[in-house]
Amino acid sequence: MSAAEEVVTEGHQAVEAVPKRAMTLGTGTSLVVLAALIIMPLFVKNFIIFQMTMLLIYGLAVLALNILTGGSGQFSLGQSAFYAVGAYTTAVLMEYFNVNYALTLPIAGVVCFGFGFLFGQPALRLSGVYLALATFALATAMPQLLKLNFLEHWTGGVQGLVVTKPDAPFGLPMSQDMWLYYFSLAVVLAIYIFSVNLLRSRSGRAFMAIRDNEIAASAMGVDVALYKTLAFGVSAAITGIAGSLGAIAVQFVAPDSYTITLAISLFLGMVVGGVGWLPGSFVGAAFIIFVPNMAEGISKGLSGAVFGVLLFLVIYLVPHGARQIAILGQQIVGRLRKN
Amino acid sequence: MTVVRFQVAALLAAFALCTAMSGPALAQKKYDSGASDTEIKIGNIMPYSGPASAYAAIGKAEEAYFNKINAEGGINGRKIRFISYDDGYSPPKTVEQARKLVESDGVLLIFGSLGTSTNGAIRKYMNEKKVPQLFVASGASKWNDPKQYPWTMGWQPSYASEARIYAKYIMKEKPDGKIGVLYQNDDFGKDYLKGLKEGLGPKGSMIVLEDGYDTSEPAIDEHVVKLKASGADIFVSITTPKFAAQAIKKAAEINWHPLHIISNVSASVGGVLEPAGLEISQGILSASYTKDGSDPQWNADDGMKRFYNFVAQYDPKANKLDAGVVFGYAAAQTMVKVLQMCGDDLTHENVMKQAARLKDFEPDTLLPGIKINTAADNFAPIEQLQMMRFKGRKWELFGEVISSEIGH
Repeated sequence: MSAAEEVVTEGHQAVEAVPKRAMTLGTGTSLVVLAALIIMPLFVKNFIIFQMTMLLIYGLAVLALNILTGGSGQFSLGQSAFYAVGAYTTAVLMEYFNVNYALTLPIAGVVCFGFGFLFGQPALRLSGVYLALATFALATAMPQLLKLNFLEHWTGGVQGLVVTKPDAPFGLPMSQDMWLYYFSLAVVLAIYIFSVNLLRSRSGRAFMAIRDNEIAASAMGVDVALYKTLAFGVSAAITGIAGSLGAIAVQFVAPDSYTITLAISLFLGMVVGGVGWLPGSFVGAAFIIFVPNMAEGISKGLSGAVFGVLLFLVIYLVPHGARQIAILGQQIVGRLRKN
Repeated sequence: MTVVRFQVAALLAAFALCTAMSGPALAQKKYDSGASDTEIKIGNIMPYSGPASAYAAIGKAEEAYFNKINAEGGINGRKIRFISYDDGYSPPKTVEQARKLVESDGVLLIFGSLGTSTNGAIRKYMNEKKVPQLFVASGASKWNDPKQYPWTMGWQPSYASEARIYAKYIMKEKPDGKIGVLYQNDDFGKDYLKGLKEGLGPKGSMIVLEDGYDTSEPAIDEHVVKLKASGADIFVSITTPKFAAQAIKKAAEINWHPLHIISNVSASVGGVLEPAGLEISQGILSASYTKDGSDPQWNADDGMKRFYNFVAQYDPKANKLDAGVVFGYAAAQTMVKVLQMCGDDLTHENVMKQAARLKDFEPDTLLPGIKINTAADNFAPIEQLQMMRFKGRKWELFGEVISSEIGH
């Protein structure tokens, strides 16, 4: 069992008594956060709205990884590949077939589900670090595959594809950025609710049983192979939808956008947010978007080193990520109430 | 009464004269976001981190050059504020940084951002916002498209221009030759091949074999053997450094001695010719448009003297042998020239208008005779190069500066 797996199990045990709370925020807190997310764009510049949109999108991709790793205990450093497939699906459909952007999302989801499910088959034989390596290979291969000659007609090769940003529908008096933000928020919210319910369902329990002990799970009658590949498929589908949204928000897809760096960023976001804690995905996304900018502000030449130090501090001080802070906050609030 | 009347008339006349003189001057002071009486904000995006961070030297040299201009009093009394962000060579990050520059920092223009796909990612946005994306640091030929993208302009000679120059040279020196082309199978190689064919025009049949290779191939020996077998006596090697060196080695190994041309990208003595072997590299041809900071022949050159002084005073940590420093200096000099031409009319529109009006401008670090010219329908500032031949341990320039325009 690798170190990271231990983190998963450990964190799980710490909150095992309240399994629902283990994955989500309380209803009150959720509503406050949601209200803040809905009101916020009315008061800030378009640029900030764009950054918030990116936060939602990366958050969604981290969430997908969280279902895979936090839920079923499988590792993936290949999420950037699924993200790329989703992004390219949307870009190609929008630019060559004039498909409405909203329709491209489910298509990207289905394509990526298939892709992830198929990749899950050989991945079944691998576990722990070996699986991480196999997915790593997928992530390194993807940018080169996108440049392949026979695909170039569709993918635009190295030059990439430009995507048109949609206007707000029904003549709503909104900027494109604001519309896209609310659109993304709706998609993310729907997927978030779906994910929470998935993990609480029979399938979710099967995922977690596999994560905690594969042999015990199969003894209980869980079809290990099916649920492992299913977890891969669901995770890939959600990542693909995040990729589609990302392509629309950034208005551009190119192989250079989906390198291994993206996969590692997503992984990092998951760890910082707290493995297995779904709301943490968005905290993790905020970390991978804003902390590099902060690091650059501190020192341009040493931005990487500053980022490293900040990351080290987070891991050292709060090894379970944002979840640990949330639990701490809850305890403090609880104590205050008693007094 | 007459005296008084005369005085009034004189006063009126003087007043009229004053307004007539100050009128246009006042009217000309026009600003868009990013410009004011005291300051001009210039945005820039560079890969300070990530796989292309070697190019960061360009951004640093540009910043140092603007510091020099500020120390000397600025442009028409305005100081330049150079805001340069890191995108790690990742297009989504470039979009984020460009939006930050335009919407949050409110820059007058974005200057000299590096990379083909990174700039491709923001081109549409910049043109929608109508904010100039000037002097893009990339060799793709797509930046010269004023009709579709009137707010985007390149700077360096495109790969296609360079290839057209080789075509001209070949047609003049070896009109009956047979050309074998080895090209990298990506945007760089294809842009180049297209330029070569355009340059050859009706004599395109001189090419006996075009052979593409992928960067994923570990070695390109087979391709070189195939090219020799085709009977070619001119070898155009459109390759990046590692492959250029392999091709030079392999050609010598199989005893093939064609007229060997390598692309400017790979014309590095330390990075390509030395590893391949200096002896077998003698006589190889290429082309250039910048002066080489390590070449002693420029020690007495006025432009390079200014450059060396600049490096010593404002950018002492820079390696003056790094081609990026020479490049950044010349690009920043072009930028300053455009801003000077803008005078007090610092609007997005006027910046673009003046950038398309450069006439015979010669930055200090470009080869003598290479002039920057732009027009409303020509957004390719540098279109000339000079051929050079490798001799001894360095490149020797020869012949005239050649323009890449077809039919000149």
